[in-house]
Amino acid sequence: MNPLLVIDRLSVRYDSRDVLRALSLEVARGEIVALMGPSGVGKSTALRAVAALQAFDDGQIVVDGFALAPGPVPPESRLVPLRRRVGLVFQAHALFEHLTALDNITLALRHVLGRTRDEAEAVAMELLASLDVGPRASAWPGQLSGGEAQRVAIARALAPDPHLLLMDEPTAALDPARRGALGATLRRLCEQGRGLLVATHDAEFARVNADRVVSLTA
Amino acid sequence: MIAARLALCVLTSLGAQRPSPRVLVWGGDAEGGAPFVEADPADPSQVRGFDVEVAARIARGLGGRTARFVQVQWSNIDQSVERGDFTLGLSGVEDTPTRRARHAVTLPYFEFREVLAVRPEDAGRIHGLADLRGRRVATLGATIAYDLLVAARDTTGVIPVSYDDDVHPYGDLARGRVDAVLLDHIIAQRALRRRGGSGFVILAQPVALGHYVGVLARANSALRDSVDAVLRQAMRDGTLEQIFRRWDVWDQSQGALFDRISRNADGAAGAAGAARTTRTAQALAYLPSLARAAFVTLLVSILSMALAVIVGLTLASGRVYGPVWVRVATTVYVEVIRGTPLLLQLFVIYYGLAGVVRLPAFLAAVLALGLNYGAYEAEIYRGALEAVPRMQLEAARTLGFSEWQILRLVRGPQALRFALAPMTNDFVALLKDSALVSVITVVELTKQTAIYATNAGSWVVPGALCALVYLAMSLPLARLARRLERRWRPA
Repeated sequence: MNPLLVIDRLSVRYDSRDVLRALSLEVARGEIVALMGPSGVGKSTALRAVAALQAFDDGQIVVDGFALAPGPVPPESRLVPLRRRVGLVFQAHALFEHLTALDNITLALRHVLGRTRDEAEAVAMELLASLDVGPRASAWPGQLSGGEAQRVAIARALAPDPHLLLMDEPTAALDPARRGALGATLRRLCEQGRGLLVATHDAEFARVNADRVVSLTA
Repeated sequence: MIAARLALCVLTSLGAQRPSPRVLVWGGDAEGGAPFVEADPADPSQVRGFDVEVAARIARGLGGRTARFVQVQWSNIDQSVERGDFTLGLSGVEDTPTRRARHAVTLPYFEFREVLAVRPEDAGRIHGLADLRGRRVATLGATIAYDLLVAARDTTGVIPVSYDDDVHPYGDLARGRVDAVLLDHIIAQRALRRRGGSGFVILAQPVALGHYVGVLARANSALRDSVDAVLRQAMRDGTLEQIFRRWDVWDQSQGALFDRISRNADGAAGAAGAARTTRTAQALAYLPSLARAAFVTLLVSILSMALAVIVGLTLASGRVYGPVWVRVATTVYVEVIRGTPLLLQLFVIYYGLAGVVRLPAFLAAVLALGLNYGAYEAEIYRGALEAVPRMQLEAARTLGFSEWQILRLVRGPQALRFALAPMTNDFVALLKDSALVSVITVVELTKQTAIYATNAGSWVVPGALCALVYLAMSLPLARLARRLERRWRPA
């Protein structure tokens, strides 16, 4: 079976400085891959390039048959197939501050995928419940703890049902107990047939939870 | 005994002239221009005009003094003379009951006719105020003519339009912005000469008669009596007639006035009448017009703000989303508007554009305020749009939203919350800045208060009333802004 994600010799330069040099990795369905390395080594840049938020200079990225080429980021209209395939959970969660947890999740379901409000809310409630934050559905982002906000952000990224989920430093704001729970959650997600690429500098978390570790060095 | 009294009299009248007893300091408005008072073209530091010569004649009559001129805005002459800025106010000052009640007023030295000016094509149809029902009639604010028009609004249905100067009414008459001008015949004739005798005609039949007087502080009635004596002397010895002839304003009615005054020492107050009203009655009488003016203020502010929001949103989207040339153009607009006075923009839109498009005053006021505040709103919206964290916009992109959807569903709603408090603050500022539009004849709250204050001869009650109305409008809004600020501060 073809891998879900292929990154082939990916290079990114800022002002002629190499941020990322010839990174290659693959993520298969049902697999958790940890992208390891100290801060500033280009882990986030790699995730952003895969999510087409960031231009790259060399190499190629193929997500489930959709290829991204070097050069400027293509217009959103050409990225529709990619957007359905890839979800991204930001380190700072980036929840929409003016919407409740529930509406954070239903927004894309209703306005991008065209679901009705009732359908969207049913999907969202199911996702929140599966991540143990069902009771927090009507809370505002500012009222959520770090762990709760992260799970709402995961639910939001999962709402369009992407095959590949990218996570940036998911353990940064979590206490040890919550870290264990997060590991279990990620395992459940990949058992559903998804591939996960997790950027982290938390070696212990990577060792316990990842199927494979790709290390970046400065 | 008599000699001692006389000596005392002279001493006290001299005492009023400290610091230099040989000088009579008098105030007038050179902006009013010839033939009253104008800057001398040969030496602009000096003034000339018939009022200048009358002042000199009075000074000479008061024991050989010299007259020293002090510039004062015409509408502030009464307040300034009470403050002691000068001893005698003289500059086409009208004889009114209120002025006589509040200040020491000399006997009248000149009789003027309130005359109507109309466009030549209307001269056959319009013979008086009664023919001007529903038409706009312009005049200088806070004058007898303005009071005549306000009275005529209730009886014959004319629409009074108040100006801050006596030049623009005639220009606007020729342009068709107003249908008639009611002002002193001297002013009308001067305006006609300036326009080369065309553009309008002056109706022969006067609407009313009035008199020019000198005004002194209320406590200065002894000196006023001396001035009256000098004026009577000048009427008898022909010096006053010479002055008026020199300035080409002498006519038979002046001779008749002088005769009346010499016959009857009390004739001075002839025009004044008795109509003394109490302050309370006066305040009550002004309440309806203050309420109307407050409504104008509110209406101008709301319409201008609506325009400012539309202009601001357009500019801000241009600055945030537009290509380079749009960003440059919007930046230039914002900087030019913010870098020049609103007053200048008002004049340019109302008078400057008059050759191209003849905007009604109210529309010009809303346009100027709206376009001006639009520049400030644009900066608020730009800041608010940029205050929405970039990561949220990226999160929205990864979820598949289009740029337009991101603006509408994610960025816009949050930016609006950040913008609401500063917008409310701007609206409060706009409410107060709207007072400026009175310079283009829109009578709003501040202008109406100024008219009230001039007629009442005091700013105390009108000022307090006006402040109360502004506060009643702005305080609740300021409170709202503070609440919004606390609730939705950008993170």
